[in-house]
Amino acid sequence: MNLPISLTINGVRRDIALDDPRVTLLDLLRERLDLTGTKKGCDRGQCGACTILVDGRRINSCLALAVSHDGAEITTIEGIARGDQLHPVQAAFIAHDGFQCGFCTPGQIISAIGLIEEGQAGDDPERVREGMSGNLCRCGAYQGITEAVLEAQADITASKQRRSA
Amino acid sequence: MMNFDYIRPASVSEAIAAASEQGATYLASGTNLLDLMKGGISRPSRLVDVTRLPGLDRIERLADGSLRIGALVRNADLAHDAEFARSYPAVAEALLSGASAQLRNAATVGGNLMQRTRCAYFYDAASACNRRWPGAGCDARHGENRLHAVLGWSEGCIATHPSDFCVPLVALDAVVEIEGRSGRRELPLEALHRLPGDTPERETALEPGDLIVALRLPAEAQGFAAHARYIKVRERTSYAFAVVSAATGLRIEDGKIREARLALGGVAAKPWRAREAEQVLAGAAPDIAAYREAARAALAEAKPSGDNAFKIELAQRIVVRALALAAAGTPDRIAALPGSPFSSVTGA
Repeated sequence: MNLPISLTINGVRRDIALDDPRVTLLDLLRERLDLTGTKKGCDRGQCGACTILVDGRRINSCLALAVSHDGAEITTIEGIARGDQLHPVQAAFIAHDGFQCGFCTPGQIISAIGLIEEGQAGDDPERVREGMSGNLCRCGAYQGITEAVLEAQADITASKQRRSA
Repeated sequence: MMNFDYIRPASVSEAIAAASEQGATYLASGTNLLDLMKGGISRPSRLVDVTRLPGLDRIERLADGSLRIGALVRNADLAHDAEFARSYPAVAEALLSGASAQLRNAATVGGNLMQRTRCAYFYDAASACNRRWPGAGCDARHGENRLHAVLGWSEGCIATHPSDFCVPLVALDAVVEIEGRSGRRELPLEALHRLPGDTPERETALEPGDLIVALRLPAEAQGFAAHARYIKVRERTSYAFAVVSAATGLRIEDGKIREARLALGGVAAKPWRAREAEQVLAGAAPDIAAYREAARAALAEAKPSGDNAFKIELAQRIVVRALALAAAGTPDRIAALPGSPFSSVTGA
């Protein structure tokens, strides 16, 4: 079976000949496109380690068939820094020790970018925790993660205001 | 995961034809179906991808005042639609209390309606399950069953329906629009999901090829907006299915409850409308005595299916809590922890 699909991944268009309809976006990224920053934790939509942005929205890539997302625009952890300049969420995770072993971190960071874009949490720590509840951290770095998301949200909001002023 | 043919139909009629074949099933976002396929629980030989069917992703107000929600509207988009949340606050709260932000961004309205039970024995291919394999038996019946059904269960199946979204929808008389081989028809949502009886493998009233194209909330459903809540007890604060939940809407006039709606989640194989309790509340003063009587009426027929007698008491307390919170008034903004009985919103 040959299923041709086209995806834009981190700004680069990729034409892909899928040989199997069962391939998830997660396995496509990791096993076939060498983008291993996105992690496979549970592979069942429970841990959030595989979170990516599809057309700007965060989803679990382990529960998304690649063939069904033909034409989609995808952003992964590899696509958010500008050269050596970290994304504000990445910088905030470092500043606030928002990780320990690091395995869940790509998913946490992409999820946080999605959360900030959704604009539902604002500066309320309780809403941030609720909004990030789809990303588990077995090291228990939640306090640092919450602080990092709050700071990044404030930074991003401030820079948006500066740009529009 | 078993291999399958992947089909992407261009129209609803093409979809119905493709899905009427033995072994075919519809794919929307797949957040439940792919999970079941990975576990070998669902083994479709053909997936009919409906996500690109035109016209099914709209929310529209119809001339008769009802609201029509396309089956492909994403859960997050519906919950965050400001007019929707204002008109049907308990539905928005239920949506936001379910799953995680990532799953709500993907999951569709139609897919949520077709969500399968989360019974651990249904999910374990090595366990006996009459839903998966008619006549195999039910390992849940004498297994770990503290979260199982207390209403409407049978010896053949004690599973519960996991949806939060469906609970307030049933309370508000939502209607499902279905396209099938013999044309279009409508069904009250309450009649979509079946109680297990002797045929637990027949989970819904849908026939092969039937496609849910929309959900409709009747005009009068907006009349409960001022006093509406969805309250859900979970085993952790967030990102967990309901142990029990209650959706309620009240019309309060001149200090009396004119009309009440009440449905329970996590207690049966379908979202459970509690009409006896609604009758108890109609005409009563909105006070704790009325709420307690309504709660007793709602659970009057309940019986444990195992180690879960606590759910009968818990469900009554959640009914009382939901009614008291609804009577106090729908909050201006959904709580930081949607549906939580521990929410820090004033008045909650």
